[in-house]
Amino acid sequence: MVEGIASIWRNIPQRYRLEGNYCENCGTAYFPPRVVCVKCRRQGKLKTKIFCGKGKIETYTKVYTAPTGLELEVPYYLAIINLSEGPSILGQLVETDSEKIKIGSNVEFIFRKMREDGEEGLIQYGYKFKIV
Amino acid sequence: MKKVSIIGAGMTKFGERWDKSLKELVVEAGIKALVDSNLSGNEIEAVYGGTMAAGRLVGQEHVGALLADAMGLNPLPSIRVEAACASGGMALREAYMAIASGYHDVVVVGGVEKMTDVSTGDATIALAGAGDVEWEYFSGATFPAVYALLAKKHMAEFGTTEEQMAQVAVKNHENGSKNEYAQYQNKITLEQVMKSKPIAEPLKILDCSPITDGAAALVLASSDIARKYSDTPIEISGVGMASDTLPLHDRASLIELNATKVAAEKAYRQAGVTPKEINFAEVHDCFTIAELLAVEDLGFFPKGKGGPATQEGETALNSKISINTSGGLKACGHPVGATGVKQAVEATWQLRGEGKGRQVDNAEIGLTHNVGGSGATAIVHIMKRVN
Repeated sequence: MVEGIASIWRNIPQRYRLEGNYCENCGTAYFPPRVVCVKCRRQGKLKTKIFCGKGKIETYTKVYTAPTGLELEVPYYLAIINLSEGPSILGQLVETDSEKIKIGSNVEFIFRKMREDGEEGLIQYGYKFKIV
Repeated sequence: MKKVSIIGAGMTKFGERWDKSLKELVVEAGIKALVDSNLSGNEIEAVYGGTMAAGRLVGQEHVGALLADAMGLNPLPSIRVEAACASGGMALREAYMAIASGYHDVVVVGGVEKMTDVSTGDATIALAGAGDVEWEYFSGATFPAVYALLAKKHMAEFGTTEEQMAQVAVKNHENGSKNEYAQYQNKITLEQVMKSKPIAEPLKILDCSPITDGAAALVLASSDIARKYSDTPIEISGVGMASDTLPLHDRASLIELNATKVAAEKAYRQAGVTPKEINFAEVHDCFTIAELLAVEDLGFFPKGKGGPATQEGETALNSKISINTSGGLKACGHPVGATGVKQAVEATWQLRGEGKGRQVDNAEIGLTHNVGGSGATAIVHIMKRVN
């Protein structure tokens, strides 16, 4: 994956505080923010929106084989979460008793360390979720 | 629009081909297809090649030029196309359109991927590029994990079981055992699949297609001249392609791949056939759940019934509909850019009656289904014998 310093910096608003946008014309909310509303296209009018990060698990999995850089995390849970404010998001589920991880469970956004690029490299932060 | 026929088909043995480079693999497949077509070579007007990640996997870009050069076809136009795991299917579609439009009369289509020159970890990163690297891979979504999310949803919605998914692997290894080109020619049992190492719950290692080296190639010609070269031209009677959101979580529904449904509808309409008339299909079983989704979304079985149908043997060779006679991606192997072309090679052989120990009885109409990523691209081709 190509994650240079600029690309990490560029995504800080989305990854640190779930900043997306919504279309004033049709009301559709987007995370991550879209450049153009896919429903209204050029007629759309996109405005910044910060999502509260509450939602429900639509589907989940427990990952045993991690990509390079996440080897120490396994096994970890991943879920697709339907945010209460519209869009769906994919994120890790952490700090949660595995028995509570079910389709339909309520979750909320938490800010966590995602990965680090060696001992002296960049540390990347972002969103994860936990059961409420 | 002109009609288009396949007049030559060939492929390399799929597997860990440590002895061969990307270039050597694609030339081997290309020469086999050309020999099969009875062309002298001078009739060829253009080359189309599909490869997903040559840059990531062997450090080589500019594969279009490489193909023409390696095959001794300079100065013909040579075009590389990329659509992740559907790169091969997309190369075939581009080549089809070049002839259908009347612009070319004879073209070569190749598909290739050389995946074992890098570590499994690096190959995993390259494959993750088929999804959305910023919003899926960043959170740790490997490719198996994304399909595991689809599997879990299908299980919750329809009661699909891990055994039903495992049966896809058992059946495809059974077919692969009859294919001399397959990476895996060993049969496996349901118990072996169920006890294999977990990758991303509920998917286990034997639910996953492997990392493979290999190439496949076809020669296409306008149907009005195809008989000049081949006694058994195979006509491409329907083509459909559709797109969907790159990341899985943006899809309107997670119980289907909508791109497959839309692509199939287009192909069926053009070919003037219904799913019932299809005798056999090569579908994109990158993971066992993907074959269940495919046989439903292509209309062979009602939504949610792919699992029970597979368990009851309705997708086995010469049953209700023969699915993945080559062994599919699971057993034949999945050199990603080659897969879509290989599916058409297998369909050509079946329609000519050259399926050897895995021949489908009375094969008249076949279908190939190639998916990119978790369903952001789907390409369907329908092929038939011309009597």
